[in-house]
Amino acid sequence: MTHEDLVATAEKEKAARKEIRLRCCMAGGCLFSRSADVKTALEKAVKNNGMSERVEICRVGCMGLCGQGPLVGVDPEGLLYEHVTPENASSIVTALAGGVAEAARGDPRHPFFARQMPVVLARSGRVDPERIEQYIESGGYSALHHVLFEMQPGQVIQAIAKSGLRGRGGAGYPTGLKWATVAKSAGERKYVVCNADEGDPGAFMDRSVLESDPHAVLEGMAIAGRAVGADQGFIYVRAEYPLAINRLQIAIQQAKRHGLLGPGIFESSFNFNVDVRIGAGAFVCGEETALMASIEGKRGQPRPRPPFPAEHGLWGYPTLLNNVETFANIAPIISRGADWYAGLGTEKSKGTKVFSLSGKIRNTGVIEVEMGITIREIVEELGGGALDGAKVKAVQTGGPSGGCIPAAHFETPVDYESLLKLGSIMGSGGMVVMDEHTNMVELARFYMQFCMEESCGKCIPCRVGTVEMYQLLTRLTEHKATLRDLEQLEELCDLVQNTSLCGLGQSAPNPVLSTLRYFRDEYLELLQAQEDGSSDGESSSIARSSKSLAQM
Amino acid sequence: MKLIKPPLPSADKRWKIVDSRMRRYSYQAHALIEVLHTVQQSFGYLDKDALKFVAAALHVPLSRVYGVSTFYNFFSLKPHGAHTCVVCLGTACYVKGGDKVLAAIESYARIKRGETTRDKQLSLLTERCNGACTIAPIVVYDGTVAGHQTPKEAVERLKGIVKL
Repeated sequence: MTHEDLVATAEKEKAARKEIRLRCCMAGGCLFSRSADVKTALEKAVKNNGMSERVEICRVGCMGLCGQGPLVGVDPEGLLYEHVTPENASSIVTALAGGVAEAARGDPRHPFFARQMPVVLARSGRVDPERIEQYIESGGYSALHHVLFEMQPGQVIQAIAKSGLRGRGGAGYPTGLKWATVAKSAGERKYVVCNADEGDPGAFMDRSVLESDPHAVLEGMAIAGRAVGADQGFIYVRAEYPLAINRLQIAIQQAKRHGLLGPGIFESSFNFNVDVRIGAGAFVCGEETALMASIEGKRGQPRPRPPFPAEHGLWGYPTLLNNVETFANIAPIISRGADWYAGLGTEKSKGTKVFSLSGKIRNTGVIEVEMGITIREIVEELGGGALDGAKVKAVQTGGPSGGCIPAAHFETPVDYESLLKLGSIMGSGGMVVMDEHTNMVELARFYMQFCMEESCGKCIPCRVGTVEMYQLLTRLTEHKATLRDLEQLEELCDLVQNTSLCGLGQSAPNPVLSTLRYFRDEYLELLQAQEDGSSDGESSSIARSSKSLAQM
Repeated sequence: MKLIKPPLPSADKRWKIVDSRMRRYSYQAHALIEVLHTVQQSFGYLDKDALKFVAAALHVPLSRVYGVSTFYNFFSLKPHGAHTCVVCLGTACYVKGGDKVLAAIESYARIKRGETTRDKQLSLLTERCNGACTIAPIVVYDGTVAGHQTPKEAVERLKGIVKL
């Protein structure tokens, strides 16, 4: 394929487009709510009403408002229908000729949509993820062409560095710096690896991106390969995402057929292959060294760093590891310029961030917002607040590695540093909302059970410490714990955090620490319930010592 | 050095699927997890013969094959029941009552998570979030995801799938 072919493909796709397009979401939550039957019903209705000349039904990826699915969008009017069923789908088609559809109308101007700033999700819900032609029509693969013919690898890295993009997997390491390290590392071969092992429960952004716009990730990886000097890429996807795996494989095949992956991309001397590797259900494989062990066909156990993967990665060769969302940001940065991207967000956290909203919140789904937006805006305005008139109590970010942010701190802007200061982390973007009915100690215990079961067992602090902490939390929830148990829990948090080998263990105490920080009362209540009936002197001494604990 | 290829464990055609998978990866050791996925898909679980065959064909120690098979949650060394019911235990499902759904199923089927009924009709499994958090809590009945589950609905659905 040459640049002319790319333009011709885009124009052909544009010309084939019919006057009215009904976009039917065929990803994640909508599919589970029978959107495939909705699409069949729409197609049938178009045919039966003799509208095939004017109307087309398009399979698209996630439109974001998954809780209201199945969703159907109408172009060019920009209408949105929610909770569409196979039974009322035909009324959407008949309404095109006048009349009112039976299906419920959504509000595309709701803050849920209006407050978003789609960069990574720009094509999500607009193009068919299984047709490379639609990706190309919307400007896809032109950034890769630009990189191959108009830029030197060093310039690409400079542009990424200048954009201020930081790793979207959660740690926030400057992407440009990572690329530069891999580019500098000597090695007869190098690898580019995409971490799509989205293990945090309650996080489904990467799933949404892969199911909705897989080519964006592939293009980002190919650009990275060119920049750092790698010709082989791997995408490590968790096995729980069969649709994402399927769409990635389709996308890779299509890209190869069009000469956009494989040998001699755009008829240049640049070769780049991508292979999909499927995880097998181990949370720890989201950790980079464990992930690489898993790609090598081994148990997914982490190893100490340094050496970092940038120097000593897959099979000992320099390896660039980035998250799905990071790669999906690359092509837009190249196309629209590093300055544009650096102009978005806050001083230290540039650009946008994709979040998944779930839990006790009205609007659940996937959103992309500019960095610096406050948590309150996300929860109250986009998310529509708590369900059933309840009050939002806290938001959990960063999964089992993160923490709970109480409602009192909702005015905090979303950026890497601010969330860290609150005792949580940006994480990969999962936001689970809790209301007043959620017991925070139970929640901490839930996360500890998760970490305990997912600990790989290699290092003792994590293997044993998580079990100990889980048992202490269980004693607490069973009203059997003493103040001494609580002290021991805090000591263990400190120990496990500081002595574990990898991120899993180091961050396992975070949910406990953050709930202790903001909801200490709930812990103390469980203690005091046991101490009921004790003398006044004793309970006041408990109150005193817990106060001194709080000051520690 | 020419490596020796072990014979297929039996005339069962599914071994050919496994073998062709290994051939695709030129019998390289790093294909181990991919190959175990294929075995599990074909046979439903990994038995001793399968582990030995894969170890010999990929030239990796049996201990490593066993280590990998037991490390990852997806692999099972025991066959599942005729029907499977997977309850999600992710955070979103948890805060929306997934634990109560699980408890209801456990008490109805009289098995704990991870177990199979004695008549081999039903396996009750749990998973760590499959990303369908927007319709939490979810249960996967024989591969079909069902959202917004309540303890009552979950038991009703099970009754429709399997007689206990």
